[in-house]
Amino acid sequence: MNSNRILNIVLAAYVGAIFTFVFAPILFSVIFSFNSQRFPTIPLGSFSTEWYVKILNDPDIWQAALNSLIVSSSTAVIATILGFCTAYSDFRYNFRFKGPYLALILLPPTIPLIIMALAMLAWLSKLGMSGQLWSIVLAHSVLTAPFAMAIIRLRLNQMDPDLESASWNLGGSEWATMRYVIIPFCKPAIISGLCLAAAVSFDEFAVSWFVSGLNKTLPVVILEIVQGNIDPQVNAIGTFVFLISMSLVILAQIFFVYRQMKSTNT
Amino acid sequence: MPTKKSQKIDIYAMTWRLPIIIWQLLFFVGPVIFMIAMSFFLVKNYRMTEAFEFINWSKMFSKNYFWDSYFYTVTIASISTILAMLLAFPASFALAFKASEKIRRWAIFLLIIPFFTSYLVRTFSWFVILSEKGVVNALLGYIGLGPFTMLNTNFGTLVGYMTLTLPLVVILQTITMANIDKTLIEAARNLGCKPLSTIWRVIIPLSKTGLIVAAIFCFILSFGDFVAPFYLGGSQEPTLPILILDTTKSGQQWPRAAVVAIVMMITLFTVAFIGIALAYRKKASK
Repeated sequence: MNSNRILNIVLAAYVGAIFTFVFAPILFSVIFSFNSQRFPTIPLGSFSTEWYVKILNDPDIWQAALNSLIVSSSTAVIATILGFCTAYSDFRYNFRFKGPYLALILLPPTIPLIIMALAMLAWLSKLGMSGQLWSIVLAHSVLTAPFAMAIIRLRLNQMDPDLESASWNLGGSEWATMRYVIIPFCKPAIISGLCLAAAVSFDEFAVSWFVSGLNKTLPVVILEIVQGNIDPQVNAIGTFVFLISMSLVILAQIFFVYRQMKSTNT
Repeated sequence: MPTKKSQKIDIYAMTWRLPIIIWQLLFFVGPVIFMIAMSFFLVKNYRMTEAFEFINWSKMFSKNYFWDSYFYTVTIASISTILAMLLAFPASFALAFKASEKIRRWAIFLLIIPFFTSYLVRTFSWFVILSEKGVVNALLGYIGLGPFTMLNTNFGTLVGYMTLTLPLVVILQTITMANIDKTLIEAARNLGCKPLSTIWRVIIPLSKTGLIVAAIFCFILSFGDFVAPFYLGGSQEPTLPILILDTTKSGQQWPRAAVVAIVMMITLFTVAFIGIALAYRKKASK
């Protein structure tokens, strides 16, 4: 009994240590972003908003932020449409080559980004489509569609398959059923899909860096600053990016998980 | 057409089925196949010309630095996988068996957060924390230790890999172990099985599939990451991803970068294939 208690305490401490390791870089990044030292260490320097002032006055960073916003929102829309179509096909139909069909959408995230980056760069240059902002959108939609698909597929799982046939029996066409039954049912998942795809796209740097040419997104700007030298601006930009991604993820949670709990309760 | 026997095409079904096929053929299968083709192209006067020559392959395979890099990358990615699996296990064990359902959910939610924070920023943060005068050395200094050189070493690279992989590994391990039928563990206990041998003989075999999937993901992530070995490991020993980066970005040698990329993909497929075969192997003996 007593040794069991000690074991539990040790295990709890261990879990704490793992979480500390995982969150230390995020936490320190935020702390350092408000720190006056150019080369932050302990003891910390004084509180300062110097780095924020610096990035807010940098037109390149504003441009990059705008680019990131355009890329991630366009990506989210395309990826979610693709994800919805695929999730519905998988839910509703059985057909030959379904395995390879699903592999087609699910495989891209398992391939290292650096390889995808090279392949995308070569292919899009060949087609004369690289170096544009929308080149990144094309590439990102492939990378993020599976996330949207997964979350919409999970939602469809909770739909009673009879709901669709009931609508047909009541005289609704397949299209009308889609419009008035299935899409409304999937709406929370569609919104979380949009948020998740946007969040993944917003952080991606390898593919963006390769195919974007001169149109840099925020992560690419970070990559270039980091290559130069230690510059605490990175922490300030990082904190911004973190806040935006986190809001997207939390929104996704609110729309999906919360609604899901509600719908299973009622 | 895959639709059953019906003469005309089912437009409704195709509306939902075709978009992803067309899109992925254009922007996923297309790029990958083109990259494979590109590995046979020639580069003349810094311009790529379409050809079917094996020169890029023979050039890369005859270079010592390629093989050094290959074995280094496989080794460090394997070490990273073993390390992540071992480091994660006690935490996942505690979350799966000791924590309440509510705490477990929260823990998993918290561990998802890092995926949506910039990996670059986190790496940069480690760069500052681990540096000669950084936070870790400052803290160690108070108890009279150090300073240690942690950047530009394998240790630095591994810290980066752990940052990337630990959250995922803990999540996958926790979910797998939480799904084990608790009565089986009780039964083992009642039959006199000691805690450690319960882990070894009951819990691990029952969660084998999930554990192997976690390990495969961990290997893929470490094997393909260029950020940690570049910024934290100092790329003294360039890994394959760094090799791709250098050959593409500075050398204009896209075909040779394609060779490296294809070798990487073959390696990853082999590892994944062996892993999955192991995970689903029926117990042959015993």
